[in-house]
Amino acid sequence: MSAITSPLLDRRRLRPRELVWWLLALGYFFVFPEYLAVATSVLVMALFALSLDLLLGFAGVLSLGHAVPFGIGAYACALINLAGWHEAISGALAGGAIAGLFALLIGPLILRLSGLPFIMVTLGIGAVLYEAANKAVWLTGGDNGLPGVTLDPLLGVFRWSVLGQTGYLYALGWLFALFCLTRRLVASPFGMALQGIRENPRRMQLVGAPVLRHLVVAYGLASTIAGIAGALSAQTNAFVGLEVLSLNTSIDGLVMLVLGGVGRLYGGLVGAPVYMFVQHFAREWNPYYWMFLIGALLIIVVRFSRRGLIGLLDDLLARARQRLRR
Amino acid sequence: MSTLAFVLLYGVSYGLLLCIISVGLVVTMGLMRVVNLAHGAFAAIGGYLAMGLLTPLGVPFGLAIVLAVVAVAAFSVVIERLLYVHLYGASELDQVLLTVGINFIVVAGLTLAFGPNVLPTRLPASLATSVDLGFRSFETYRLLVLGVGVVVIGALWLVFERTALGARLRAAVDNRSMTQAIGIDVSRLFSIAFALGSGLAALGGALGAPLLPLEPLYPFKYLVLVLVIVALSGFGNIRATLLVAVFVGIVDTAGRYFLPDSGSFTLYVLLIVLIVWRPDGLLARRARR
Repeated sequence: MSAITSPLLDRRRLRPRELVWWLLALGYFFVFPEYLAVATSVLVMALFALSLDLLLGFAGVLSLGHAVPFGIGAYACALINLAGWHEAISGALAGGAIAGLFALLIGPLILRLSGLPFIMVTLGIGAVLYEAANKAVWLTGGDNGLPGVTLDPLLGVFRWSVLGQTGYLYALGWLFALFCLTRRLVASPFGMALQGIRENPRRMQLVGAPVLRHLVVAYGLASTIAGIAGALSAQTNAFVGLEVLSLNTSIDGLVMLVLGGVGRLYGGLVGAPVYMFVQHFAREWNPYYWMFLIGALLIIVVRFSRRGLIGLLDDLLARARQRLRR
Repeated sequence: MSTLAFVLLYGVSYGLLLCIISVGLVVTMGLMRVVNLAHGAFAAIGGYLAMGLLTPLGVPFGLAIVLAVVAVAAFSVVIERLLYVHLYGASELDQVLLTVGINFIVVAGLTLAFGPNVLPTRLPASLATSVDLGFRSFETYRLLVLGVGVVVIGALWLVFERTALGARLRAAVDNRSMTQAIGIDVSRLFSIAFALGSGLAALGGALGAPLLPLEPLYPFKYLVLVLVIVALSGFGNIRATLLVAVFVGIVDTAGRYFLPDSGSFTLYVLLIVLIVWRPDGLLARRARR
């Protein structure tokens, strides 16, 4: 294997360092059994940020409306559930599929745009859908949301306990499965093409890559994953509210991803717990200090640490290794 | 007839207000190519400052607005030199994150200083009256917005089209490196344009406080509306901004009047379709792509 191609192909191999995250996530289940509900929402947001990473980190598409597929997945899953389909896994898949279909419908239209117009359109679609969900009370319950999502025992065996053990492992299972899938995807020729488009769309066009089609497929896949994340939030909270479609959700996901590190797959997985942990305590202190904190954090990340926490960790490890060598 | 006149007058005054707020962003975005999501924050600060001077301190209405505009313009130069400088030529992601960060800080700051609710705006007695225009009476305040809008945008157009500064700005919008090459200090031009744009936003925020209520979430609330106007205007095109803003103002007012349930929703859908149809701006010539 030549030195040039190896970092790309390396992505396929699981490094021992990566296992740490998954072991910690599994260990949390046994160490903090009374805080599983919060941790489950962290896993859901990590999955959401992962889907954003596929879009932003690999295809280079910056959307400010990623709450759209998340919200569609959540509402679709809840509606299917309330209509009488209580099986969890197929319900989540259906939520993801509907979000993905919506993305495939609008993708060919909006992915022609770039820069400000694209950012605007994604922001605008988010605002429109939020308004629509707010107004369509007969479908979405409006401000009151959709309560009362109930699930059959998972796989016919595991009942949904009050403490949320099943919910936590269920979300972790989804995250792991979709993470492995995304990992395969970005290391595949298609993933390489996406990264080519991220680096230079015009050149990719010139070498004959179907840029728009690749982007639409990537957008559809990322939206499917985001839709599944939304469905998981509906299932594990037993509730969907308007905020799943809000600009806040889009920005939360983006900040988590950037905090962890964009384009490294683990960005959201690292960023989500840190973000939500800090958020939890800052909000208890004073909700507005939290906004100061996150604003300052964003400015610091842009100015000083473009590679996120994982980049910081990489730097520290490299420095420690150098010192050991001396 | 009277309904039509009402919708037109309200729509045009609202549109001119939107134009005052957005036009600065159109110019700076054309110049600096920075996706500035924090533009509304300057409008909010301007509005809060003016109202803070007006009500508790008793500064006259006009003076309060002028002071707020000058203060925001000066403040914006500091922010431009400190933060925005790093965004020139940076990735869109960086631009979005940093300006959203500024928005968050401004929202938190406004909440701490003025509380989380809508700031009540009390107009001076002379403006809270109505004027009979023959077929219908209108609020004096609306007419003031209309008048100020026409004067400010007219003045801006004169500066842009008829002065040396305007010529330099237009040159820098069209071709930044060439402008720099012939010895024009583009980075100073950036600061001037940024101060001008933020000052105009502050003017819009202060003057428009009764129409676009001041609340801490202002920078996010009107983000979509302002940015849509900017996107539809294309880069640095003042004439297009005026037309688009007045169009948005009229459609929004008509929507609220005739379809109170789904007015703003319809407007947004229409605007999104327009952006997808004409991503370079409504009036952009196709050949320039």
